[in-house]
Amino acid sequence: MAGKRKIGRGVAIVGAGMSNFGMFRDKDSKDLFAEAFRELMDSVDKGLDPRDIQAVWIGNFSNDFFVHQAHWGPIIADLTGLAPRAVTRTEGACASSTLAVRDGIMAIASGMYDIVLAGGVEEMSKRTTEEVTEGLALATSPYEGEAGFTFPGVFGALANAYFHKYGVGREHLMNVTIKSHENAPLNPKAQFKHTIRDLMEARKEKARKKGLPVPEWADEKEALFDPAFNPPVAWPMHLFDCCPISDGASCVLLVAEELAKNFTNDPIYVVGFGQGSGRGLHACPSLTSFEANRQAAAEAYGMSGLKPRDIQFAEVHDCFSIAELIHIEDLGFFGEGEAYKAVAEGETRREGRMPINTSGGLKCKGHPVGATGVAQMYEVWKQLRGEAGERQIPGRDLYVGATQNLGGTGGTCTFTIFERR
Amino acid sequence: MEERPISDVSYRKFIQEGKLMGSRCRKCGKVYHPPRHFCEECYGTDMEWQELEGEGELTTYTCIFVVPPYMAREGYGRDNPYCTGVVTLSEGPRVVARIEGVDARNPESIKIGMPVKAVFNRVGEGEEARTYLAFRPA
Repeated sequence: MAGKRKIGRGVAIVGAGMSNFGMFRDKDSKDLFAEAFRELMDSVDKGLDPRDIQAVWIGNFSNDFFVHQAHWGPIIADLTGLAPRAVTRTEGACASSTLAVRDGIMAIASGMYDIVLAGGVEEMSKRTTEEVTEGLALATSPYEGEAGFTFPGVFGALANAYFHKYGVGREHLMNVTIKSHENAPLNPKAQFKHTIRDLMEARKEKARKKGLPVPEWADEKEALFDPAFNPPVAWPMHLFDCCPISDGASCVLLVAEELAKNFTNDPIYVVGFGQGSGRGLHACPSLTSFEANRQAAAEAYGMSGLKPRDIQFAEVHDCFSIAELIHIEDLGFFGEGEAYKAVAEGETRREGRMPINTSGGLKCKGHPVGATGVAQMYEVWKQLRGEAGERQIPGRDLYVGATQNLGGTGGTCTFTIFERR
Repeated sequence: MEERPISDVSYRKFIQEGKLMGSRCRKCGKVYHPPRHFCEECYGTDMEWQELEGEGELTTYTCIFVVPPYMAREGYGRDNPYCTGVVTLSEGPRVVARIEGVDARNPESIKIGMPVKAVFNRVGEGEEARTYLAFRPA
């Protein structure tokens, strides 16, 4: 059961890096991780001698499938000049890199190491959409695959359950998408950098140039209800409810709390960590909640002594729009059946009471699955240190942020709470 | 009494024979579908097979337009979507299965809560032939 266990020795993030996310024909996993690691080295305020890093954890879901190369640990250790130090690959589907951080935290807390590199990488775009769909479906529960469920299909079924329970519809999912697309143009590393309005205008312009009828949409929702603009994928999941196929890498430098000030005057402390597991659609206790989230949240809140209202902003795993609504209820930011109202009222926008996914989320930033969890931490690191540029949450001092990462169809969930002191 | 070992392999063989089977804990009576090796309730390890009636109601569903390769081989695709969903059986457990006899092109016509009944469909030919479980409106 989730308790109130503290970690034995504090851990802080003192550096972070992230590659651009996108579909890159001319970059492979090593190039992407090198991009992230270069930024990490530059981000350590008082300088880093990489040779001080004692061990590495690297999250990767399935480059085995995507680029036919397994055993990514030693490849990354070699790339970063850290061989022959210990390196371990972690796998938890789309939560793989948060598990790398978790192992790093435990290694430091145990006293085994003081300075650890943790990150993730995934290279998906060399495969066709059908192949990626098949590759990702390896992380559903076996019974779901047999019944013809795809990833979007599982989340479509959850969305329908949510609609039925609360009497709402697709317009509430659109509010999530529109908000993510508002943040995206402000994130220079994001895969998609356009608002929905930008995309509508582009579509109109294309029609004009081709001499085709120009669509007349009154607003974003009218466009999103138009199947020519937003076709169904797994009803009610449509194209704009789904995150893209992406390549990317991310990493953070974890150190023992007592050493943090040797690296920076502005470290970000890990004050709570939780992880849970979940069963498939046939056995999960609720179809409008992830049991793994509830477990992870109970552990992380217990460890930190913090309550949901203490979290000022969060990055959550919006692989599909409905997931964002479910997560922010599971984590206690909003009551059950309240998230869709809060989103409709703008509470999760950057200016709102509880900004969610200021990075643009997986929907716009991109979702190279093994890199996502640490990329979420990268955003929290940037926001807490006031380095998020144009997308910096306005008008308030930030001192507590969190990340929630989901693997598979809820089989693995993590919740991590960070504090700036 | 059915003597096959409690396992997914046995479960799938039963499906091929047109039987929907779960496991029942001999200690506390709890019924599971798909079958479980151990009882979650009491950690009893003495499980027996129980045939399920295959009647229940539709708990949630989705209509899939972007289809995986193995469904494309059955002729499904963007212009010919299929419905799959979660059914809650009258005995209590849930089943994930394809939902047939509904209009997948018109997803809003499909109603959560409607009564459904299991069917066993034969697809493929020769060595490819297999039976899959689906549910239809009762």
